[in-house]
Amino acid sequence: MNLLLKNGRVVDPANGRDGEFDVLIVDGAIARVGRDLPAEGAEVLEITRGWVVTPGLIDIHVHLREPGQEHKETVATGAASAVAGGFTAVACMPNTDPVNDHAGITQFILKKAAEAKLARVYPIGAVSLGSKGEQLAELGEQKAAGCVAFTDDGRPVATALLMRRALEYAGMLGVPIVNHCEDPSLKGDGVAHEGYHASALGLRGIPGVAESLMVERDVSLAELTGGHVHIAHMSARQSLRAVRAGKARGVNVTCEVAPHHFTLTDAALEGPPKYDTNLKMNPPLREAADRDAMLEGIADGSVDVIATDHAPHHADEKMLEFDRAPFGIVGLETAVPIVCDRLLHAGKISWGRFVELLSVNPARVFHLPGGSLSEGAPADVTVIAPDTRVTVSAAALKSKSKNTPFDGWELRGAVAATIVGGQVVYRHTAS
Amino acid sequence: MTTRAADRPDSAERLPGRDAPPEPAAPGLKSRHLLGIAGLGADEITLILDTAEAMKEIGGRAIKKVPTLRGRTVVNLFFEPSTRTRTSFEIAEKRLSADTLSIATATSSVTKGETLVDTVRNLEAMSPDMIVMRHASSGAPDLLARICRSAIINAGDGMHEHPTQALLDAFTIRSHKGRLAGLKVAIVGDLLHSRVLRSNVLLLQTMGADVWACGPATLIPPGLERLGARPTTSVEEAVEDADVVMLLRIQHERMQGHFIPSVREYFALFGMTPERVRRAREDVIVMHPGPMNRGVEIDSDVADGPYSVILEQVSNGVAVRMAVLYLLSGRDGRDDESLAEGR
Repeated sequence: MNLLLKNGRVVDPANGRDGEFDVLIVDGAIARVGRDLPAEGAEVLEITRGWVVTPGLIDIHVHLREPGQEHKETVATGAASAVAGGFTAVACMPNTDPVNDHAGITQFILKKAAEAKLARVYPIGAVSLGSKGEQLAELGEQKAAGCVAFTDDGRPVATALLMRRALEYAGMLGVPIVNHCEDPSLKGDGVAHEGYHASALGLRGIPGVAESLMVERDVSLAELTGGHVHIAHMSARQSLRAVRAGKARGVNVTCEVAPHHFTLTDAALEGPPKYDTNLKMNPPLREAADRDAMLEGIADGSVDVIATDHAPHHADEKMLEFDRAPFGIVGLETAVPIVCDRLLHAGKISWGRFVELLSVNPARVFHLPGGSLSEGAPADVTVIAPDTRVTVSAAALKSKSKNTPFDGWELRGAVAATIVGGQVVYRHTAS
Repeated sequence: MTTRAADRPDSAERLPGRDAPPEPAAPGLKSRHLLGIAGLGADEITLILDTAEAMKEIGGRAIKKVPTLRGRTVVNLFFEPSTRTRTSFEIAEKRLSADTLSIATATSSVTKGETLVDTVRNLEAMSPDMIVMRHASSGAPDLLARICRSAIINAGDGMHEHPTQALLDAFTIRSHKGRLAGLKVAIVGDLLHSRVLRSNVLLLQTMGADVWACGPATLIPPGLERLGARPTTSVEEAVEDADVVMLLRIQHERMQGHFIPSVREYFALFGMTPERVRRAREDVIVMHPGPMNRGVEIDSDVADGPYSVILEQVSNGVAVRMAVLYLLSGRDGRDDESLAEGR
């Protein structure tokens, strides 16, 4: 069925568009973008004044937990969460059980995604077998099976030698290495950002430098090899400095920041309630200077991508002592309201930058289709109602897990509709 | 205020020659739990210490028992080995006539994979009034306080707090110095991993003491000033003119984290020797929460010296814990007046 999106504010920086346009979708692809387009038999979707039509949002850092941890999330529930959050595509991390280090697992994930018929799912393969850091996985076969990038996420790429080889090899294949940067010896058994709040609460600290040391290593190795390194969930101001320095001298380095790292700080651990395990993630919430640095990097273009690090965990797993609970929070369904409220309405970014951070750049970094409303492109479109007020409800999340620190937050900005391949897969119902 | 059943004059239950301790002065403690010193006001700390004075006297009697907590059930839930604190709580509970039960990790279902929350929910199904918990994870008592009906008393959680230790330390200091405000207190040892340090700093600075915290640079937690202590790596500076010197245990396993090269070197740089104690005021008292490593953080001549009040701390622990148990008892609105009548 064909679709005509009528009178929305179309923001499509890849085509230099920002204004009121109609978008005609024919056979799952963008047919035309222009003014006063005739319906020609297409179903007309009248866009409310003030709503914004963007190329489909892409989250390049999610954990879908399947295979192996289906009690937390499945490809289907994760994809439902994605489209409810306005994401038409997600890239999923390989730290499943078993780890996605073989083409068979990639094919299994793609099969599950095709069955779900919601968001597009792009698997990310493991750099090393079992993500153990010992032997390079078969990246070539994995790429052929559908992997768009490689990482040992959850763990850093263990040694400088493996990182070097991975960058060289992935460079040959034209895909990035994504690294969870963290010096294991400095991280130790830390569970919170090292600083006053961790000291006061008696929690073992992880300094920001545990992250930036490895960012510096990886920037140097990307420089040496010419490969592309993408820094996952950057949280420390020292890391941003290293990325900026690398970019300034032409190194192929990109980076992402998660909404919680530009919204919250470690002060939140003091509660109430104290020791909320929904504030436990890795990297940890850092201090105000780091949070402010992330905001600055997002505003000035040093940060390429906003990615959620959507990490579902079952309520029972989070209902534990702080140091025993797993790291991670869900993020797919809260990202757009947070970005609208905290960045857009706060005047820190423009609509053009919004679309760059959540669509154009994610597509560019992972070489994915999408990121634009060019004629002929797959019709992946997100419609945003920037002034609609939402109250986050953990219980109402589409994700199988409800581990969010944003429960009860009132935010201005909502996803109105999500369209994947010309199909409306999500529509906001006014509550 | 209604009279507590257990405190009502009842000659049949009165023990020879004694009355029950005084009613807590209104408004008493604000929280129904004791999770830490953080959140306690100076008035609450003073109330606990004053109540402990009355409790201390009970321990000096021939028959060391009052009926105050008769019919109350207290569970001591110890997930970490502890001799001193557990015994101290048990004796305090028995002196107040509570029914007590102690569970240690080795005999609990936690070893069978049960979560803390499930373990405690099962205990709560048997209607205890208070749960005293020692746990290796910081914040574990806060987790219980969110889900439990019982009053939770923190008997030490991870590297976070050990409030009854700080209270008994304050009680001991006050009994020697007559006050806490204006005293120079030097705390020397493994500051980073110590819950005793955190509770003591919070308590002493709330009460107006001048707290110095000394240890090797590797064992000073970041943000210590903001907690209320002056950090220093000079033991001489810390001890100079101190009214109180408090030592913290150095655990041998700390050498694995490269915190200290050897206990030998630690003793050479930070060990409390008689020479170092001489820098303090003449009437200094030396304290240690135990267990002590003689020849590591403290020289035996200091541990057993005239200024040592280490064993007094242990005695006072019982009185302070009695005070805490008493002040937190019967605050849950289920006061068993009727049961007392039918006795």
